[in-house]
Amino acid sequence: MKQKIGMVVGVALILAWCLLPVAWIISLSFKSQTAITNGSPGFFPADGAGAGWQNYQDVWDNEQFRRAILNSIGISLIATTLSVIIATLAAYAIARLEFRGKKLVLTMALVIAMFPVVSLVGPLFDMWRAIGLYDTWPGLIIPYMSFTLPLAIWTLSAFFREIPWEMEQAAQVDGATSWQAFRRVIVPLAAPGVFTAAILTFFFAWNDFVFGISLTSTEAARPIPASLSFFVGADPFNRPASLLAAGAVISTIPIIVIILIFQRKIVAGLTSGAVKG
Amino acid sequence: MTTQTDTPVKDRRAAKPVESDRSRAEARLGQKLVAPAIVLMLVVTAFPMLRALYLSLFNYSLTAPDDREFIWFGNYAVALTDPLLWKTTGITVLYMVVTVAFELVIGFAFAMVMHRVIFARGVIRTSILVPYGIITVVSGFAWQFAFSYQNGFVNSWIPGLAADFNWFGETTPAVVAIMVSEIWKTTPFMSLLLLAGLAQVSEDMIEAAKVDGATWTQRLTRVILPNMRAAIMVAVLFRALDAYRIFDNIFVMTAGAQNTESISFLTYRQTIEQFQIGIGSALSVLLFLSVLVIAFLIVKIFRVDLADARQEK
Repeated sequence: MKQKIGMVVGVALILAWCLLPVAWIISLSFKSQTAITNGSPGFFPADGAGAGWQNYQDVWDNEQFRRAILNSIGISLIATTLSVIIATLAAYAIARLEFRGKKLVLTMALVIAMFPVVSLVGPLFDMWRAIGLYDTWPGLIIPYMSFTLPLAIWTLSAFFREIPWEMEQAAQVDGATSWQAFRRVIVPLAAPGVFTAAILTFFFAWNDFVFGISLTSTEAARPIPASLSFFVGADPFNRPASLLAAGAVISTIPIIVIILIFQRKIVAGLTSGAVKG
Repeated sequence: MTTQTDTPVKDRRAAKPVESDRSRAEARLGQKLVAPAIVLMLVVTAFPMLRALYLSLFNYSLTAPDDREFIWFGNYAVALTDPLLWKTTGITVLYMVVTVAFELVIGFAFAMVMHRVIFARGVIRTSILVPYGIITVVSGFAWQFAFSYQNGFVNSWIPGLAADFNWFGETTPAVVAIMVSEIWKTTPFMSLLLLAGLAQVSEDMIEAAKVDGATWTQRLTRVILPNMRAAIMVAVLFRALDAYRIFDNIFVMTAGAQNTESISFLTYRQTIEQFQIGIGSALSVLLFLSVLVIAFLIVKIFRVDLADARQEK
């Protein structure tokens, strides 16, 4: 009995920890601008000081913000797709084939995963300006791919090592062509891993900030985190807190949707990549 | 993926000792498949890093590009003798040590609960992914507004604190606020890694210790923790290196004011904001070297083989 109460308290604490700041930012996004500048500290909007959906309307009507969301969606999706394709090839080779330099690839991926991103921003800034990639989509997609590859390679090679590749042979013995055996047997087994790697890669790209603020200068390519941080309202000395909160909520929605649908896969991917490898 | 059908499926173990045509073809295919990944990683990391090394030897500012001048290790001498570098390094190490310590303790407690709990597993797992998935900039905003005396709630929730206490007016409270946002965001990741480690500890061993009369503390320190050493070390290594690069939270919450600047922030400011490519590159190189040192130290301290931790043997 005592243990059961402890569990309930533990679960409640975990839920509060995870969700309280989210509830707070949602609450903030429904407060009116004047209520905030007047100073009305409190968790929930006070009576009569709510703004309804006005903040969301204003943020969405903001050209800069809408562009940033589109940039983020486009850049993250392209970077994720390309990165996962390249990582799948590499991870397949690592899990299945014998060749020299296998250890080297894994070590290199590990080193890059630990790389301080800021170290590269200066030289990339310089290079991208010289070759015309500064402030463009490819200018962000390329660094995102490179930095998401290590994660994708580790996660995928962990998944691929668990696949019973002999089943492919067995199917061939049973009369399937090698393409049929591959498509019917291996693809269904590998797909969940590939999918998980794609989700984690997408999170990474969506979350990036350093490249986003350093390698862009206009709305042409600036992603949402960078755009939010540069967002100043009518008064440059006072950040429009409730507007920013509404923007923050909108930029979080894709992440929440992905988590709600794929939580099992994400947990499996996170832990297998890092612990089981 | 389709390329693999080009080569016949073969028995790896049989092919290994003899350098047959098959094993050579396999090696070639393997190298071909990893080539794109290697090229891309080299182009975006190794090459810029070498370029940073080269540029760090010049007195080079983008505001006066024609005055570029080779000065050997002049930039390093300037950087290393500047108290600012040591101050930011100190604060960065502080961020790293404090946040990782809190994350380890809280993360472990969370992992214990998640390991034993039998109800609401899906709900907990979904919730724990929320801080992990949220953009760091957004969590920075959430906490900055929470700590703000103008529109936040923290002051009214802490008993005995003045309603107009300004968290961002002094170094210590500002650093605390930044640490809180960092700890909130990354503890779930830590707890998931530790949960995976916990799952690998055999229940039989714990049960046997119980039968032998070990107390809860004894079971924790003598059985559970030693058997999780590899998982703990991986979690600490990953998080420590991540925390050492801390940037987003600081940028959003204080923009480096009140001496909250980290070494990443200093490097960013020199290179991107002030266009001092030469000195900025020197800082980039120093930042990279210090990350290597930290990685080396953690691996040494825990004395765990990484390959072993990942069960590659």
